[in-house]
Amino acid sequence: MPEGAATPELARVTSRWAVDGSHTIDGYRSSGSYAGYESIKAALDMTPDQVSGLVKDATVLGRGGAGFPAGVKWGFCPPGVWPRYLVVNGDESEPGTYKDRILMERDPHQLIEGCLIAAYAIGVAQVFLYVRGEMAHAQERIAAALNEAYAAGLVGKNILGTDFSVDIVLHWGAGAYIVGEETALIESLEGNRGMPRLKPPFFPAAKGLYMAPTIVNNVETLANLPWLVAHGVDEYRSVGTEASPGTRLIALSGHVNTPGVFEVPQGTTTFRELFESEQYGGGIRDGHHLKMFIPGGASAPWFFPEQVDLPLEGRVIGGEGSMLGSGAIVVMDETTDAVKACLRVVRFFARESCGKCAPCREGTTWEEKILQRILDGHGRPSDLDLLLDVADNISPGPYPTAAHPDAGLEAVPFPPRQTTICPLGPSSVAPITSAIRRFRPEFEAKITKRDSIPVSAAPAAPAPTPTAQGHH
Amino acid sequence: MSERPRKIEITDPVEITVDGQTVTAQSGELLIEACERAGAYVPRFCYHPRMEPVGMCRMCLVEVDTGRGPALQPSCMLPVTPGMAVDTTGEKVAKAQDGVLEFLLANHPLDCPVCDKGGECPLQDQTVAYGPGESRFVEEKRHYTKPIPISETVYLDRERCILCDRCTRFAKEVAGDPLIHFAERGAQTEVATFPGEPFSSYFSGNTVQICPVGALTAKPYRFKARPWDLEESESTCTGCSVGCRVTVQSSRNEVLRFQGVDSDPVNWSWLCDKGRFGFEAGNSEDRLGEPLLRDGGELRPARWSDALTAAASALKGADADRVAVLGGARLTNEGQLAWARLAKSVVGTDHVDAQLGDGLPAEVVLDLPGATIDEVCAPGGTVLYLGPDPKEELPVLHLRLRHAAVNDRVKIVSVSPVATGLSEFAAADVHPRPGETAVLVAALFGGDVPSDGVAGVPAEQVLAARELLSGAQDLKVVVGRQNLAESAAVMVDAVAAVRAAVPTATFLPALRRANVRGALEAGLAPGRLPGRATLEAPGSWKDAWGSLPKSVGRDAEGILTAAAAGRIDVLVLLGADPLSDFPDRDLAAKALDAAGTVISVDPFVNASAARAADVVLAAAAFGEVAGTTTSLEGRVTTLAQQVTPPGTARADWLLAVELADRLGTDTKVATAEDLWAQMVEGSAAHAGASTEALADEANVDGVLLALDGSGFTAPAATQVPPQNSYSLRLVVNRSLYDHGTLLSHCPSSAPLSREATLVLGPADAESIAVTTGSPVKVTAQRATITAVATVVDSVPRGTAVLHHNLADADADGVDPGRIVIAGEPVTEIRVEAG
Repeated sequence: MPEGAATPELARVTSRWAVDGSHTIDGYRSSGSYAGYESIKAALDMTPDQVSGLVKDATVLGRGGAGFPAGVKWGFCPPGVWPRYLVVNGDESEPGTYKDRILMERDPHQLIEGCLIAAYAIGVAQVFLYVRGEMAHAQERIAAALNEAYAAGLVGKNILGTDFSVDIVLHWGAGAYIVGEETALIESLEGNRGMPRLKPPFFPAAKGLYMAPTIVNNVETLANLPWLVAHGVDEYRSVGTEASPGTRLIALSGHVNTPGVFEVPQGTTTFRELFESEQYGGGIRDGHHLKMFIPGGASAPWFFPEQVDLPLEGRVIGGEGSMLGSGAIVVMDETTDAVKACLRVVRFFARESCGKCAPCREGTTWEEKILQRILDGHGRPSDLDLLLDVADNISPGPYPTAAHPDAGLEAVPFPPRQTTICPLGPSSVAPITSAIRRFRPEFEAKITKRDSIPVSAAPAAPAPTPTAQGHH
Repeated sequence: MSERPRKIEITDPVEITVDGQTVTAQSGELLIEACERAGAYVPRFCYHPRMEPVGMCRMCLVEVDTGRGPALQPSCMLPVTPGMAVDTTGEKVAKAQDGVLEFLLANHPLDCPVCDKGGECPLQDQTVAYGPGESRFVEEKRHYTKPIPISETVYLDRERCILCDRCTRFAKEVAGDPLIHFAERGAQTEVATFPGEPFSSYFSGNTVQICPVGALTAKPYRFKARPWDLEESESTCTGCSVGCRVTVQSSRNEVLRFQGVDSDPVNWSWLCDKGRFGFEAGNSEDRLGEPLLRDGGELRPARWSDALTAAASALKGADADRVAVLGGARLTNEGQLAWARLAKSVVGTDHVDAQLGDGLPAEVVLDLPGATIDEVCAPGGTVLYLGPDPKEELPVLHLRLRHAAVNDRVKIVSVSPVATGLSEFAAADVHPRPGETAVLVAALFGGDVPSDGVAGVPAEQVLAARELLSGAQDLKVVVGRQNLAESAAVMVDAVAAVRAAVPTATFLPALRRANVRGALEAGLAPGRLPGRATLEAPGSWKDAWGSLPKSVGRDAEGILTAAAAGRIDVLVLLGADPLSDFPDRDLAAKALDAAGTVISVDPFVNASAARAADVVLAAAAFGEVAGTTTSLEGRVTTLAQQVTPPGTARADWLLAVELADRLGTDTKVATAEDLWAQMVEGSAAHAGASTEALADEANVDGVLLALDGSGFTAPAATQVPPQNSYSLRLVVNRSLYDHGTLLSHCPSSAPLSREATLVLGPADAESIAVTTGSPVKVTAQRATITAVATVVDSVPRGTAVLHHNLADADADGVDPGRIVIAGEPVTEIRVEAG
């Protein structure tokens, strides 16, 4: 089964995935595309500004979803304000996204070294590694790796004999998708309920964890740093495009022959190559053909066969009305029921809504109920307009969708407008607008010709009924 | 919604456009406030002007253009910036409002016809004003058990909850009792308490008032009335002396609810639960509707003419020096003036004391330069706190102090014998040995600090507190009675120590009785006359009243001592219950038994009256008599008459005027306003507080009586004997819910009083081998009582605590009144496992 990079030259963060014992400090030092823990030595020989400059010059884009350049983000820390914190966002929980988990499980020291480099560049003495609650294996691997690194004098006081000291704390999440949103993650770290803060007035770089300047970076973003320091800016930029240099991890799932996490050059690989190449997806399931695909995580508007030749490049995909996001691509062939697929995604957001703001809390649940009703054969002709209007009340105005060649619709750029605090609620709108605009007849068939459409044999489990008893 | 828009002074103006009109706003203020002042009310649920905005309900979305194109933004989270253009009514805004309301109503039950909030419900009102006509939600709504009690008083109906975070924010931010929180997530999110931890906050009723739907209801009001049947008037709560403004609401001549009013200098719309639900006492079946006369050992109903004749003839026949009046702090300002005149001029006695040995001498209250609540809480200031535990005695002052310390950088140096509600946020919290507060206070301002500390406070704590006070500009001092087991002289000495060190310090007297400040202003204290005049310098009162007492009379302790010795022929209890309130219950009992005729003026038959009164004059209670009251900071505010008294109960002032008339003095008083006019005429301090001035819109928060007194002179310091090393010094303090007369008649609050126990620190408990729950024997000079021990970390070594008036006056009660001896500077006890 293929996984990781197609060629050894392309393997930057995945270079140790196939190596036995690569999760130990010895394995990390003795294998891979660069020598483990040599990069932090090299970084400590530079000034922090030089290290930041390296990251900025290389244009290391954030790999969490928004694709914001990490070096620029670091620069948002107000000068002269200490303490500062680095928080690593390892709360990867969007359906179809599993790249960070494998990175943490198979190469935890790479992440730790990346943390050290970033901490040195930003001026941080305290790093929090926030790992999703369900990822027990990753948590154990990181805990073991941290113990090794502390014992080796690589983390803690006076690292490598210098006056640079940094502590890395592993924090286990409790299993909430919304905590992947950086301000909710900060709230959770502080011991509060994981609910997003409103931005503005404060952005984490200025006032984040404990109201101190805080940089929140994705696992994959930081995992790129040791390789970058070892190989330099020019080599980093030698693959990918001018705007999106380097490689990135794509988690490919769904109806392809060989799903997996692949390290591909940013911006130059196309979806077609990804789906069809033997090094990656190995083609759509035999005997079937592509119906639609989600190009960048569950919150991304869907793409269809006509977009399959687009490159994996954030701006291009944005221009087409979707996003590359966290690099989770879900492929669906013609056997997929668009209404069911839509419900699946919407239900995820309804269940993961934190409950803070009304449109998301009530709206996503309502959307789920309408879709379930349509699937159960109780749909009404007015339900499609109702769904679209409920969606419009969560995310007003034209919602981004891929251009439809026949309908002549113009793509609306991402991100959408929102009546909510954070983008979770609007994310539930993507599958609805995508599915209804493209597959309206499928919905209508379920509503108007309910006799000829088999009602799903086993209806999805109902939402958990709220606890009826009180607390006394 | 019920919140008043906050009045602000624009110091840094910026121009913004609201719905096309240019308006001036304060730079940085929240857009929702600026819009409201400009006349464009923006609907909202979660926003509350006294709490941090959270932007949760999304009802206040408006379209804002700051130069980058219009976008929907929550106006409660957006500070105004110059040039901002706001559309509060446009198509997109209306669509968003429709959408949010439809979402909020999706799971909200339409049980408005049986919901207490129906008729005054922001969700109902704003749905009508801004919402869609009907819902498109055809699915089944969320279901929960309705309602569940989250405390003894508050019920939660989770189906109605719209999750605005107001109650939970209040509990955390304002009350500091974070006992309710969100649980679960998404559409299953609910407000919940923690397992086994009810929402037992002294301030829980506020959550009911600020709930924008009927999710939170309070037991005393549930299903009692519909809002449109309520009549209301604005008044002042007389549960304690803070002077919180309230709306008193009634239906069918029965007071049913208090709602807090946002008085900016006082209560910011908050009330404590004791005050909020205190109206229940007025509706009690035990209220007196007619006077009583003792007949054959029993108090029996009598006619007013007989009762007044009995009272008048007792007063007429008595030697003025053998007549005494105790109490009066419950009365209105007008009632106090009328009784002061009756006692001091018509009868001619100066044995008059509104306080019952549990307060401070009048000169500490009236002869020191005063500070207001706002001045004490002014941002960035420094406060020396020498008062009682504000959370237990003056709860809303506690909220103001908490806000000052937590949000406004006010450094509080708290000095108290044991930890108080302030301890968790005070900048310094020191606990001197009982009786030695003055010694410690002197050390806070200078002098050598011995290495073993001062008055039991470690040297480093003394120096740390001194450091905080050393840079203080405009030091504010809050002073009150912290410990009923030590004499008031201890606190007077502490005041003298502050005056000696910082002559510019100003003082807020923190006495808890509702209108105690008014009573002192009216002259209900030995040697005092109304308007801060004295017998030595009577001013115009000599002419106005005719005769005055010849010499300064006795205070409460002196009166009771004289009575116990058989030297008082007529004792008037003016809303006073010395048996419950005087710290030395033994002396109070002897005094009542030995006094001649005892006349009680009270809405109830209190414990003292039941024991000894010969005449009980049924008095009107709160909400039944109009007038004015004076808060601890000297703020005169109006009291409204909302209902009529039960039966033929009469206003206190009317009783005094009637008795004066029967004693041959025409006071020329026909109404309460006549009395207040006499006060305003005779007192320079009251000149600005006339009835007309109080009715002026500009004085909506009342009129502050300035206190620039300088008459305080330090008395000789009290000598406190050294502590016997085998003894513990006793602290007697109060709890919010005690066995006071009014509270005992509040069905909702009375069960909340805690059990009376002896509270010990861990070291002392260990030395006598007791733990929480162990029986102990407490031996003092006069008596031995048995109690159950409670061991807490916050009580210092060498100190033990009993709570005042938690036990009934029976022989076996854990009652500090049985061991405290009036006049002793401190009370020492020995505790052994019993």
